Amino acid sequence: MTNPWVVYLLVPMVKIVVILGAITLAAAYLSYFERRLVGFLQIRLGPNRVGWQGVLQPIADALKLFSKEDIIPTRAEKLVYLSGPVLIIVPALVVFSVIPFGPPTNLFGLLPQAIPPYLTDINVSVLFVLGVSSFGIYGIILGGWASNNKFSLMGGLRSAAQLISYEVPMGFAIVAVLLMAGSLSLVSIVEAQRQAHVWYVFPGFVAFFIYFICGVAETNRNPFDLPEAEAELVAGFHTEYSGMKFAFYFLAEYANMVVVSSMATVLFFGGWLRPFPSWGWLGFLDVVPPVVWFLAKVAAFLYCYIWFRGTFPRVRFDQLMALGWKVFLPVSLANLMVIGTLIVLFGGGR
Amino acid sequence: MDWMVAHFAELVFFYLAGIAVIGAACVLIFRSPINAALALLCTFLAIAGLFVLAHAELLAAVQVLVYAGGIMVLFLFAIMLVNVRVLPEQPQFMRKLLPFVVPAAGALAALLLVAIWGVGHLPLGDLAALTSVEGVAAGNTEAVSWSLFMQYLLPFEVVSIVLLVAIIGAIVLGRKETPGEGA
Repeated sequence: MTNPWVVYLLVPMVKIVVILGAITLAAAYLSYFERRLVGFLQIRLGPNRVGWQGVLQPIADALKLFSKEDIIPTRAEKLVYLSGPVLIIVPALVVFSVIPFGPPTNLFGLLPQAIPPYLTDINVSVLFVLGVSSFGIYGIILGGWASNNKFSLMGGLRSAAQLISYEVPMGFAIVAVLLMAGSLSLVSIVEAQRQAHVWYVFPGFVAFFIYFICGVAETNRNPFDLPEAEAELVAGFHTEYSGMKFAFYFLAEYANMVVVSSMATVLFFGGWLRPFPSWGWLGFLDVVPPVVWFLAKVAAFLYCYIWFRGTFPRVRFDQLMALGWKVFLPVSLANLMVIGTLIVLFGGGR
Repeated sequence: MDWMVAHFAELVFFYLAGIAVIGAACVLIFRSPINAALALLCTFLAIAGLFVLAHAELLAAVQVLVYAGGIMVLFLFAIMLVNVRVLPEQPQFMRKLLPFVVPAAGALAALLLVAIWGVGHLPLGDLAALTSVEGVAAGNTEAVSWSLFMQYLLPFEVVSIVLLVAIIGAIVLGRKETPGEGA
């Protein structure tokens, strides 16, 4: 394993292919679980015809979308219109290059030495995730504008205002974690939680609450899905997109949900650590591989997403703005000051 | 192949620098404000890449987060609210300003010459300061925050007050005077 071709080309390539494939598949199947779960929440069945209990439904949907007629509106700005789906799907997938799925592993002895299952760990991972995922908004706002449709434009503008507003309290909530962890690297944040013997959700539950609500808003999901409010805006920014171009918007939304859930897991719920990593008598839980713990936590957050969709009514736009600027922003700032003060008083001079 | 490896950083530099310069030129050339804004976005990203090459990872991340992710979105927001599909047909070249072209170009050329001369003659800053805190090796983030909050705390706070004044000014200017709510 010292051959540079293997270390710098083959291993990263394999990881990239595996991660991209897994995320795309996960996003597709998330749509299946969403339809089934919302079906159960609304006391109906949901898709259950294609394959056993409908498990092949996402495959059938993908085939349908691939084979659909691809319409470009005649009055659209063609180049910008076509770049919209690209601009939204690329950031959504690129973010996964720094998400730490687990500690270095040798895959039960299959590999000669342990390699980390994540693609890379950079010392500004948190900012990388925030920066790259804030880029997805271009797909929405440009797609909405280039469609040359008033509903699309309204959806794009709403989305821009919403994302900018909720990025601010979300950032402050994350800063609270950074203060506790003392690092911007996601891997170090997980390790810091192991050393602190506590998941950061316990000292930072206010930050977690704000982070997750803002995450729901950032991904344009219920109850904050105003950019695509079908009762007012047809389908919002992707009204004029059809076939695979629509599928990219769809896929990106679900991939972004996985990103927010993964970040919540890493920042607040100890990443790949088992529950209560310092309690020795819970050691039997180590039988479960760390990656499975990570995926289970992410799945729990994704379930919450779908649960919200089945439960809450959509907020009004003025309520959305008031909540972001008048509630979350001051609360997240106050929380930051409280946590900073506590760290100065009891944190032991880092 | 060996030549490629040895000069990889330079190749990346010229690639990114080219994108930055071409993007900046396109901001001026494109008639549609949306296209110009997108060209500016390309420039911002290329500059973020240049920061990475210079081992200023924090600056690169902040560049993407603030300029590409925040400010450009607000630009686009503002551009889309005006009816841009009409603008490009209107004349944009002001003949009245033609006599000023020569001095303006001369001033720019002089600036460029000074910059090129400076590269060879002025001393480089302390590159180690990018990745060390008081001589101890540390990350770029630590180094930047150390100089920001220890060495240059006063200028930093003064700048934040200036920005606060600007924000309050914008709110005062942008507020609609409604009867009954005034003063």
